[in-house]
Amino acid sequence: MFEVGKIRQDFPFLMKAEQADPQLVYLDNAATTLKPQSVIDAVVRYYTESSVNIHRGDYALSYEVSNAYEGVRKTVAKFIQCEPNEVVFTSGASAALNLVAYGYAEKVLKQEDVILMSEAEHASNVLPWFRVAEKTGAKIEYLPLDEEGVLTLEGFKEALHDKVKIVTLAHISNVLGAVVPIKEITALTHQKGAIIVVDGAQSVPHTKTFVKDWDVDFLAFAGHKMLSPTGVGVLYGKFELLQQMDPFLLGGGSNARFDKNGHVVLKNPPFKFEAGTPAIEGVLGLDAAICYIEALGFEAIEQHELELKHYTVEKLKQFKHIKLYNEKSQSGIIAFNVIGIPTQDVAAYLSSLGVMVRAGNHCAKLLSEIIHTQETVRASINFYNTKAEMDIFIDALKDITLEKCIDLIF
Amino acid sequence: MSDLLKDPLILRQIIMDHYEYPRNHHLVEDETYHKAHMASESCIDDITVMAKIENNVIQDVCFDGIACTISTASTSIMSELLIGKTLEEATEIISEYYKMVELLPYDEEMLQEAVAFHQVGKQANRIKCATIGFKAIETCIKEHKHDQ
Repeated sequence: MFEVGKIRQDFPFLMKAEQADPQLVYLDNAATTLKPQSVIDAVVRYYTESSVNIHRGDYALSYEVSNAYEGVRKTVAKFIQCEPNEVVFTSGASAALNLVAYGYAEKVLKQEDVILMSEAEHASNVLPWFRVAEKTGAKIEYLPLDEEGVLTLEGFKEALHDKVKIVTLAHISNVLGAVVPIKEITALTHQKGAIIVVDGAQSVPHTKTFVKDWDVDFLAFAGHKMLSPTGVGVLYGKFELLQQMDPFLLGGGSNARFDKNGHVVLKNPPFKFEAGTPAIEGVLGLDAAICYIEALGFEAIEQHELELKHYTVEKLKQFKHIKLYNEKSQSGIIAFNVIGIPTQDVAAYLSSLGVMVRAGNHCAKLLSEIIHTQETVRASINFYNTKAEMDIFIDALKDITLEKCIDLIF
Repeated sequence: MSDLLKDPLILRQIIMDHYEYPRNHHLVEDETYHKAHMASESCIDDITVMAKIENNVIQDVCFDGIACTISTASTSIMSELLIGKTLEEATEIISEYYKMVELLPYDEEMLQEAVAFHQVGKQANRIKCATIGFKAIETCIKEHKHDQ
């Protein structure tokens, strides 16, 4: 039974937020999520009870921490349905996408090859590819999107051709929350002999991921957008692709041996990509985060988040001064504008009433031509949000005016 | 002037007016103008300010771009305030404006309509918006002095 009131008690931030005046309503979950006590405890437990480095198993404590750390690889593998040796720990989704771009794509792409992406992508899934294109002479092509940022299979088929070697796409867009039919797109990509890279930053926290069943080649996600500490993320890669991929960081922990003539033998994946001491507390926190999410179950999470989204959209639709950009998308992201008021002023006004949302272009700077606006306000829902919170948000928007926004500075 | 400061309705009216009808709101194709493009770190405001400086006097200021109410209105007011001023006068006005934004004592007479932002310093996250145009004109003046 999904009891949101009970769930909220696990989040110290929410308990404080409810007591604040005005009550704080956190609706910027696409940026990062709040942390439950179990995740905070996992981090604190590491520093109070273990503290030592991993992979230095000469003493019992290090051996135990190493085991716990490697145990998280198994937890992640089960969570996204792959093998533990296909899970590379990174500092986040950006690091994971950069690793694929420089370690794999730059190695295999040739002049005139094509990287296919969408204009709704986050900067982290655009800028590394720009650089790879510049270095290899490959070209970037964009997929057609409708005005809600939706990519259709027909559109995808039309854009795909023999020169395409890499397709890179967010499973769920961070601005419009559009969900891509990833399994079908992967099958079409493979028919052309190309590989697919999936940015799972907004999808892995909110919907079940099946990398093997979908057959995707790479998938990146961040821990902090799904309850874990910041500083940890994951790159999934098919093992044979990880073998071909080069690390873009070298150092301790990634090599098996080297000599002074410069002969280096790297470890096998995933270890060859993990040079240096990782965010151990982050990885241990990720374990607690996954446990928490799995205990709730994605079915309940999705149902609750979509219910809140639809409830809010139905109410906002009745306001003539609100323009919605993604009414239909099946995720907890609501992108909108208040007609005649800049996004930053809207966000500042909502903030004055305790509501936290994000204003701007959300790092997706190519999207403006598709949705015909430079900026949007984004409210993003997580499973711990409530109808009462959405009502505070809706009420705040009900009678917003430019005058009220300006009055904030007096 | 002090009375004006006590009436938020009038101050709000000044800001509304400059936001809805920004003055000098255009750019020019003229090589003799100095140009400063300001894209704030918050990734929202993105404005360009141009200034023509001749014989030590700011002859013209204009601007364009995407910006919030505070950025647009403060830049519009800045343009009116500084056109026709010598570089010394302009530098003094800019410095008084920054004092006001930091909630320090400042010269009200010198700032004229810009006093509408006298409380903006209480909203730390909007200081960037209220100073973006002033930073831009400072860049133009610096560039001009460098060229001399």
